[in-house]
Amino acid sequence: MSREAVLRARHLTRYYEIKGGPFSKPATVKALNEASFELFAGQTLAVVGESGCGKSTLARVLTMIEPPTSGELTINGQAVALKPGQRPPAALRREVQIIFQNPYGSLNPRKTVATMLEEPLKLNRREMSASERRTAALEMIEKVGLRPEHADRYPHMFSGGQRQRIAIARALMLNPKILVLDEPVSALDLSIQAQVLNLLADLQEEFGLAYVFISHDLSVVRRIADDVIVMYFGQPVETGPAETVFSQPRHPYTQALFSATPVADPNRRRERVRLKGEPPSPLAPPPGCPFAPRCHRATEACSRTDPPLEPVDDAVSVACIHVETRASQAAS
Amino acid sequence: MALLDIAGLSVRFQTNSGLFTAVENVDIQVDHGDVLSIVGESGSGKSVSMLATMGLLPWTAQVSAERMAFDGQDLQQLGSRQRRRIVGGEMSMIFQEPMSSLNPCFTVGTQIDEMIKQHKGGSRRERHERALELLAQVGIPDPARRIKAYPHQLSGGMSQRVMIAMAISCDPRLLIADEPTTALDVTIQAQILELLLKLQEEKGMALILITHDMGVVAETAKQVIVQYAGRQVEQQEVRSLFAHPRHPYTEALLSALPERAAGQTRLPTIPGVVPGQHDRPTGCLFNPRCRYATEHCREVEPVAAPDDPARTLCHYPLGRPDAEPSSGPSPGVSPETSSPLRPEVRP
Repeated sequence: MSREAVLRARHLTRYYEIKGGPFSKPATVKALNEASFELFAGQTLAVVGESGCGKSTLARVLTMIEPPTSGELTINGQAVALKPGQRPPAALRREVQIIFQNPYGSLNPRKTVATMLEEPLKLNRREMSASERRTAALEMIEKVGLRPEHADRYPHMFSGGQRQRIAIARALMLNPKILVLDEPVSALDLSIQAQVLNLLADLQEEFGLAYVFISHDLSVVRRIADDVIVMYFGQPVETGPAETVFSQPRHPYTQALFSATPVADPNRRRERVRLKGEPPSPLAPPPGCPFAPRCHRATEACSRTDPPLEPVDDAVSVACIHVETRASQAAS
Repeated sequence: MALLDIAGLSVRFQTNSGLFTAVENVDIQVDHGDVLSIVGESGSGKSVSMLATMGLLPWTAQVSAERMAFDGQDLQQLGSRQRRRIVGGEMSMIFQEPMSSLNPCFTVGTQIDEMIKQHKGGSRRERHERALELLAQVGIPDPARRIKAYPHQLSGGMSQRVMIAMAISCDPRLLIADEPTTALDVTIQAQILELLLKLQEEKGMALILITHDMGVVAETAKQVIVQYAGRQVEQQEVRSLFAHPRHPYTEALLSALPERAAGQTRLPTIPGVVPGQHDRPTGCLFNPRCRYATEHCREVEPVAAPDDPARTLCHYPLGRPDAEPSSGPSPGVSPETSSPLRPEVRP
């Protein structure tokens, strides 16, 4: 298979420098560490993890809102090399759009739906006339399941699910290839969540979109993802095809995360992989593997080395010294 | 006699655009040692009915009920001073946002101490000892140090543990938890739910868990009440609710769960949205979104059949529960224990 990836990330890393104050020393927060993956057209890559694991930092780097501290990002075959303060080329920015978690905060309350949808065209497609823009906006409104009369209404007149549809419509106005969805359904009720997920699936089919789907809801991820990246403390700890990772989680954190997720089936009582404590502070990372203080398999060796992500088989990679990888198989 | 016995509870709010009925005709019975879950989407009135029970609603709310009794005492008849003795002491509540429920200006210790002082009394030393004991009980490491911490120094999970410590400080007989884990991560959620159930068992408390998460319901509750747009649409034992939902809303809600729709290319959805203040339909409130709705549903408001233990608020309840446990709340009795659940598909 020689498919061309629409997005390729190599060792993407993003550090934040924290300036010292009178009572504190300057510090570096490693918000995102060595993330590598590929994304293909029409596919969904899910990024899962708990708060503070670097999911949203990854979204900001992928959408070129922030430059990576190191690592390479290739979008549509074109390398994005950014210096701090430099804006990415407009052509590339058009290819990647983002949808945020909270549709109440991400829409301007003082603009009508049509104005919001036309704005990206106004900025990026100067050749279009006002009536062409209006037509394009109305077409998109119908695509996302709203009615034409909604075009001249303001965001406060819509419910949460409808607002998320508007946010999706706005993101699609410039025909992007990649959509970064940052927790797109977690603010919505269950019955509305299903509607929006179906809409996303329809649009993906129609436009051949590639999704980076950031979520903490594993039942949603299992349903829609082709590939999955599990992150902990800024680092990918397990990557691979969603079906494989879900049916056979290998990293102890993935196992704990999956078993902690409540399943809507009262007849299933499972053994829990218990997690002690809470994620460490990014200002005081533990030595060695960042998951070791909470891990049920942790040994003394874990606090000495920070394990890199290594391939276990053709598809799955895991960052844990207790998981048999190809390298360790070769060594023994 | 049930510990908490509420019948025909309605709550109306005086708003600028008229009277808004947030909760109508809700019945809740909870006994010692019960775990009841109230589940519903936003706007279903699940929090409001519990706030009304606690007497925590603002003056704009008009609360009325046929019966509202805690341990045989009529809450509506009690004066505010007497009611205050029950609320917080024998009946206490945990809220959704642990970070904003704690007062940022006082240490954790002071806030727990206040609770004990109000309801139990005792010397300062005794209260301090009790607070330390409570913090240890809810699994906070190093209580002697944490008791001096301010809320901003604690993580979300730790703050929720402090809230739980406050809520159980006076050995309540009923604990109401309003979405206690919604703001928390899943691994922390699992810890907090486990803690709540452990405390419930140890102390023999009754626990009412308000949630919108069907997964949490399935893993914790014994009895479940489903609410929709301020109405109680059905009430069942948890296993039979998931196996044989009686109300079309429950059925639709369960089939919209991503994990239940494996193999289907699209999720089954419920069309439309929950009705608000101004777009209430006539007849059954669920009729515009219901796939079984008839002309009758659009005109006549349903009432629960008197012989229906689930009290289904529907003209045409879904299939008779074939293997019902002996009627009424009898936790622990389960009709079938091994059969895996299949999504209910009606012909």
